[in-house]
Amino acid sequence: MSPLRTALTVLFRRELSLAWGGGGGPLLACGFFACLTVLVPLAAGGDPAGLKPVASAIGWVALALASMLSLERLFERDLDDGALDLLATGPLPLEAVFAVKAVSQWLATGLPLALTAPVAALTLGLSPDLLPLTALAAAIGGLGFAFTGALGAALALGARRGGLLIAIVVLPLFIPPVVFGAGALERAANGMDPIPALALLTAYALFALSLGPFAGAAAIRNAQS
Amino acid sequence: MFGLANPERFMRFTRPVTPGLWALAAVLLAVGTWLSFTAPEDYQQGDTVRIMFVHVPAATLGLMAYAALGISSFFALVFRHPLADAAARAAAVPGAAFTALALVTGSLWGKPMWGAWWAWGDARLMSVLILFLFYLGYIALRASIDDEARAGRAAAVLGLVGLINLPIVKFSVDWWNTLHQPASLLRMGGPSLSEVFLIPLLTMMAAYAALFGALWLTAIRTEITRRRVLTLRARAAMEA
Repeated sequence: MSPLRTALTVLFRRELSLAWGGGGGPLLACGFFACLTVLVPLAAGGDPAGLKPVASAIGWVALALASMLSLERLFERDLDDGALDLLATGPLPLEAVFAVKAVSQWLATGLPLALTAPVAALTLGLSPDLLPLTALAAAIGGLGFAFTGALGAALALGARRGGLLIAIVVLPLFIPPVVFGAGALERAANGMDPIPALALLTAYALFALSLGPFAGAAAIRNAQS
Repeated sequence: MFGLANPERFMRFTRPVTPGLWALAAVLLAVGTWLSFTAPEDYQQGDTVRIMFVHVPAATLGLMAYAALGISSFFALVFRHPLADAAARAAAVPGAAFTALALVTGSLWGKPMWGAWWAWGDARLMSVLILFLFYLGYIALRASIDDEARAGRAAAVLGLVGLINLPIVKFSVDWWNTLHQPASLLRMGGPSLSEVFLIPLLTMMAAYAALFGALWLTAIRTEITRRRVLTLRARAAMEA
């Protein structure tokens, strides 16, 4: 294996174990998602008919918020203890480092959330035959959330109130996947074809995947200067 | 144009230009307002058509200001130019104000026209709202990082990322089925407005453009002066 491949594998293993193990990992995000999902029917007063039209919308908002949870420490931990400087001078380009961190974020937070999403959807009153679609849409959307969120985390590196700032910066960027994801579920619930909305969701994820690393690496270099 | 990149030359060039722009803006606003009130009533919309003379220029300038912000951010990031950084910062608040004005006046126009103050899911309204949120995110990011140079560069990256929204706003009325009026000015086949409305509209657009130019240049000049004051203070503190 070439040294680059080795470096990539080692970093990937490190990031995945950090994201999965450190600070509660997937359980934290899934727990938060579950809490939000329970909060909404309680707030709505328990009328199931009233929840049905907004079920997919609420589910996606909760998904977006839960994806933002562990973003703050994504780069900050490495910046604080100097690991980011080592990574910057290492064999991998910073763009690859960013991509590896974002993918680990997706695997450790996005995919577990995608598995929890069908349960949440059932709680909110979505019909059971939509569950596979919910999981798929949440998984693809989660990829977009991971890369865009990582970009927000890189931009807010070294700022005061990083967590809040990431949420503000990332909010307009999270709107397209929320709209398309909820739209896909809505269309499927009304018997229409969800493929166009799913296609747009995938397009967003691919867009974030391809452009995120370049913007994110620039932001990281800026924070290290 | 790159000759103006030198801050000293920029200050000298803009010293007469800025008050000129303010005067031009004042004159054009006066003329435009008079023309807006003397334009005839629309056969369908009656008097409410006059909101167009505030709403459309505000929306256009909101977009143009973001383009200015984005291009300045590009120069700030790629060429590490402090003047470009000042220009990006200076475009943010006026641009956000114009966008907010467009959203509010659009809402005031929507109530009599469509019967609704707002339409969630309308592509044009959503994309302009997202534009406004990008402005707010830019201002928030800039304000939250203590080191000014670092804040400027992080905000420049964010500004560039937001540029993707501009074509979406412009073409949203063509790509999606929206309540909002389709393009009547910049379209194939030329403007579809009749002259009696086109002239006041163009006058007000020019007025808003002059106003933005004046605000922008004034803000850049203020920024340069502020940095000079900081440098002088630092120097005085060292010599004391």
